Amino acid sequence: MSISRRKFMQAGAAAVTGAAIAPGIHLVELAQARSPEEAASTAKRWGLLIDSEKCTAGCSFCVDACHTEHNITSNNRPETDAQWIRKVTAKDPDTGYTHYLPVMCQHCEKPPCVDVCPTGASFKRADGIVLVDKHICIGCRYCMMACPYKARSFIHEEITNQKSYVPRGKGTVESCTLCVHKIDRGDNNTACAEACTEFGNDAILFGDLSDLKTEIAKRRKTEPSRQLRSDLNLNTGVRYQGL
Amino acid sequence: MKQLTYDMIKGTSFGYWTLLGIFGVLIAAGLGSAYYMETNGHYVTGMNNQIVWGMPHVFAVFLIVAASGALNVASIGSVFGKTMYKPLARLSALLAIALLVGGLAILVLDLGRPDRLIISMTIYNFKSIFAWNMILYSGFIAVVGIYIWTMMQHNLKKYNRAAGMGAFIWRLTLTTGTGSIFGFLVARSAYDAAIMAPMFIIMSFSFGLAIFLIYLIATYHLTGRPLGDVIVNRLRKLLGIFVISVLYFVLVYHLTNLYLAEHSGIERFILLDGGIYTKVFWIDQIIIGSLIPLLIFYVPVFYKSRLMLSFGALLVVFGGLAQLYVIIIGGQAYPLQIFPGMEVSSSFGDGQTGNYTATPAEILLGIGGVGIALAAATFAIKILPFLPQSLANEVVDPHSTPTT
Ligand code: SF4
Ligand code: SF4
Repeated sequence: MSISRRKFMQAGAAAVTGAAIAPGIHLVELAQARSPEEAASTAKRWGLLIDSEKCTAGCSFCVDACHTEHNITSNNRPETDAQWIRKVTAKDPDTGYTHYLPVMCQHCEKPPCVDVCPTGASFKRADGIVLVDKHICIGCRYCMMACPYKARSFIHEEITNQKSYVPRGKGTVESCTLCVHKIDRGDNNTACAEACTEFGNDAILFGDLSDLKTEIAKRRKTEPSRQLRSDLNLNTGVRYQGL
Repeated sequence: MKQLTYDMIKGTSFGYWTLLGIFGVLIAAGLGSAYYMETNGHYVTGMNNQIVWGMPHVFAVFLIVAASGALNVASIGSVFGKTMYKPLARLSALLAIALLVGGLAILVLDLGRPDRLIISMTIYNFKSIFAWNMILYSGFIAVVGIYIWTMMQHNLKKYNRAAGMGAFIWRLTLTTGTGSIFGFLVARSAYDAAIMAPMFIIMSFSFGLAIFLIYLIATYHLTGRPLGDVIVNRLRKLLGIFVISVLYFVLVYHLTNLYLAEHSGIERFILLDGGIYTKVFWIDQIIIGSLIPLLIFYVPVFYKSRLMLSFGALLVVFGGLAQLYVIIIGGQAYPLQIFPGMEVSSSFGDGQTGNYTATPAEILLGIGGVGIALAAATFAIKILPFLPQSLANEVVDPHSTPTT
């Protein structure tokens, strides 16, 4: 299911009259960050292209940048702490060759998380970004069961010092938003991709997959890339190279 | 033939109130646990970002599955016209509702935001099997409620058969829906099997009848009502067949999975080297929960004792919980195969078997749900005529000569 910007605004507005995730933080701010004329449109499909050959062992710039951007903090309980993005090490047992690559929500075109969500809290924006409306999420965790990429985290404890542009709350589920707040204010990049470039690895490329003039679209067309679990046919917005 | 009369139990004895009191304590413990989990956040439970559904879900799914199975006794009577089961129909329908309510209560209390229950009941995503289930569950209570009504109200008797049929169809849909919760999770190796839904139906037969049998024997014993061997033996044999059928489905499930190369990993995990899950599967589910009960149900020295028979049924319940533990928690503990064939590691538990140990709070929440079901049923038989005064052989089947 994709939700129109209008419906999203309505949901936000309805929620804002009643509940706030934390004092002063309203979902509607997220929606309003984009200028009203500029609705999330189906003309765009945002995505990432990740080159695992450029990603290096031990580097965690993308992870740190994401978690700083959204104030994802650790309580030193790795099993229950939220992680929107993680570095995965994948070793070929035959050759011993090791790949390093970040994994986050793959922003599936046919997202299983959205299909199973009973309330519609998990939704896909017209521009392909998959989000959770924290005001409707009842914390059933069915989406986490359904996600093939382990991309989602349940918030297991109280959250403090939230960023105004990232509504979060104990008892709800969250995942990578593809830095929707940055996209909507026109940054045209994500925190992870920015950090990776800054560090000099340039392994993460962000862009509009549907605009054939963008670098990401060109590279997707001319260079080999693949989706994780391609057998599931989810048409992920995040693709990988070098695997 | 003796006239079949239903009445309420007196429910004034010290024993009755003690029993209700015990159920009340279970409920209070469950509610307390839910409150504790809710105020602290789920980090105080054994559940985490890898094992997102834990012990509460094992109990909840068990009760929901058993609920539709408990209705089976009534269905055999009304839909399949087996007169011997007819006197049991009211109790069967009552237990169905009570068990369902208990199971749903656990599910709701375990939500991250149980305070938003109203959202889940008003906003539906019709693509979600979960949303459909909420409709199926509330509908089940209504349909079975009507069915009970047609049984109790004389002038509605003519609708009884239709209502029974409706309830029967509804319960099949409901169990299919519950099984499909897992069937839709194609990304997880353990659940990627078409046999899941029919297996849940046959599991419901077994779990529901086991609870029914225990409850029947206990209430008739405690209220001093006659309960003849004819009916008890019927139910015993039936339960034996159901237990065997579940075993058969489990066998087929694992054989098909073994046959599929991409599922050999999960099979190895459950059957061979999954640690706790392998143990729970072989010892708790297969030996204690299936083979020992079968022994009890088919060897006369055992089944002739009502106590022993109830114990056998209790083991079936235990085996059912074990089976769901393996399915629900074992299925999640086995790592997602995001990079098939690779050795994977990360800070988020990729490639590792998930850790899960149920905390007392989770178990108490589950038992609290059982408490709700038992309390509801035990209270209902005091205020409405659910139980036949006598289920002695000559009442149940005038032509019967007691068999064993
Ligand atoms: S990667 Fe997971 S969370 Fe992200 S859209 Fe796909 S199913 Fe949903
Ligand atoms: S946890 Fe929230 S977002 Fe996920 S399926 Fe449940 S209601 Fe939807």
